[in-house]
Amino acid sequence: MTDQGLSRWAAFWNSDILYEFRRSPLAIVGFVVAGSLILSALLAPILAPYDPYDASGIDLMNGLIPPFWSDGGNMTFPLGTDNQGRDVFSGILYGLRLSLTISVSAVLLSALVGTALGLVAAWVGGWFDSAIMRLADIQLSFPAILIALLVDGVARNVLPQEQHASLAMPIVILAIAISGWVQYARTVRSIAMVEKGKDYVEAARLIGVNPVTIAMRHILPNATGSIFVLGTVHLAIAILTEATLSFLGLGMPPTEPSIGTLIRIGNDFLFSGEWWITILPGVTLALLVLSVNLLGDWLRDALNPQLR
Amino acid sequence: MIRFIISRILQSIGVMLAVGLIAFALFTYVGDPVNNMLGPSASTDDRARLRTELGLDDPFLVQYARFIGRAVQGDFGLSYQYARPVIDIVAERLPATAELSLVAVFLALLVGIPMGIYAGIRPRSWLSKLFMSVSLIGVSLPTFFTGIVLIVLFAIVLRWLPPFGRGDVVMLGWWSTGLLSWSGLKSILLPSVTLSLFQMTLIMRLVRSEMLEIVRTDYIRFAQARGLTSRAIYFRHALKNTLVPVITITGLQMGSIIAFAVITETVFQWPGLGLLFIQALNFGDIPVMAAYLVFVSLMFVAINLFVDILYFVVDPRLRSGWT
Repeated sequence: MTDQGLSRWAAFWNSDILYEFRRSPLAIVGFVVAGSLILSALLAPILAPYDPYDASGIDLMNGLIPPFWSDGGNMTFPLGTDNQGRDVFSGILYGLRLSLTISVSAVLLSALVGTALGLVAAWVGGWFDSAIMRLADIQLSFPAILIALLVDGVARNVLPQEQHASLAMPIVILAIAISGWVQYARTVRSIAMVEKGKDYVEAARLIGVNPVTIAMRHILPNATGSIFVLGTVHLAIAILTEATLSFLGLGMPPTEPSIGTLIRIGNDFLFSGEWWITILPGVTLALLVLSVNLLGDWLRDALNPQLR
Repeated sequence: MIRFIISRILQSIGVMLAVGLIAFALFTYVGDPVNNMLGPSASTDDRARLRTELGLDDPFLVQYARFIGRAVQGDFGLSYQYARPVIDIVAERLPATAELSLVAVFLALLVGIPMGIYAGIRPRSWLSKLFMSVSLIGVSLPTFFTGIVLIVLFAIVLRWLPPFGRGDVVMLGWWSTGLLSWSGLKSILLPSVTLSLFQMTLIMRLVRSEMLEIVRTDYIRFAQARGLTSRAIYFRHALKNTLVPVITITGLQMGSIIAFAVITETVFQWPGLGLLFIQALNFGDIPVMAAYLVFVSLMFVAINLFVDILYFVVDPRLRSGWT
């Protein structure tokens, strides 16, 4: 039993993808940084010294304390506090958690919708296919960030004011998801088109396997690698989009701050010298996006040997 | 060829009508114009009369057609926020965004192309590797954060450049330009650098990969065999062929420059269209939102149409299938 487990582990360790991984220092750096940021976001309730959502723990007297390495800073608030005395470190951890929740949900939703549309378009063909692909073409001629901005802005103005705070998260997720489905649909469609004509699909059809099973069990697995690569690259974009929307005041409200909201709040204190309120969340955001981009770049090369 | 152009134009008109529909739906379903104009205490008769006068009782399609008709003439009504015709406000803000975008594109080309050439010719030198790493960081840094860092560095710590605004502007007819005054030039530097960074990395990577490809082709080998100087080879022969995709991408990227201008303008409080749009979103200023939506879509549709037709004119291979 243990023997088998061990050999399985060895097989994994010696697999091509891991071999590629061990040889690429940038990928390892990306993995370590992204991994530790994601882990600390997951463990935010344990790691964070304070709960940013708990108003009773905030003391205005602790406002605007600089980080511990500056004059006047101390280890009670390792990365300092904002104007209301909220701990910046805890804010970043919880903000990271929120930003990641939103961007991962948006990427999953995008991938799901895009993959489904791509599969159906390839399978059904005809007017449905051309309608979907024409829509994709049109959407591609606009930058994704602008689409997200417009969807988000319009949704906010359609909904009543008092629901903005409670619906902020679903709106942002939807806006990012809508701006990103095209890539998945196009990729999955082109792969499905190629596979559709192959003998094994024909054979499956002849023995009477139902179309949904063929699409899910036989065609979809050919696209998983590409979907995975797209998803990683999209995750970096989704994190950036969420932060941008929140920074512009169209994303998460200050009562439930994501990383972008934290930067927006801190932006007001730049000129009075309290740089840490905005720069520290900004650096965290940049590190997260950079490391996810590094992983995405590496994954694309590793899964696509033709590109090299 | 004519069929292709006509079908592309029809598609563009279709897109614009769809965008118009969204803008129109905003007008119709968000808020009640009668309530806005008469206040909640007006009588039912007054309301009904105003509804008829404004044409709000007409069928949906009639109202939509009227909206499109007005939009084509540039009439989007009065801004809720400024109580002035939207088209006047847009005309006032347009020069700021146009100048910012053009300076940004210029900067991106000016720095991106030489960096790309160098990285393409000497892919193994440490400087090329530095360029590539920096470009990955450039792609990963959110635009607004780049802006904030530049403000901290050059406006707050060093105090060399103004942190926000457009400086003094000079009026040339209705066009206000900030490029003719010293304070205007100083003001445009930080926002345009912020805006151009992403495009710069894109252009650099593009020129590099084109260069890498072209340097391997036979005609370059042949030129080397003929004993031409490397300067003549790279600049006279190789560079020319990289420029076609660069021009196309730059043209297409003009659109995303305008999109990212929204962010840059917010960070630097630059009085352009993007800032106007964000303020309209936060204020619920529907006419301004609708006008921006239509304006930006028009810009994109026009750029794409132009690039498609240009391809067609430039590349004869594309023509055969359509004649």
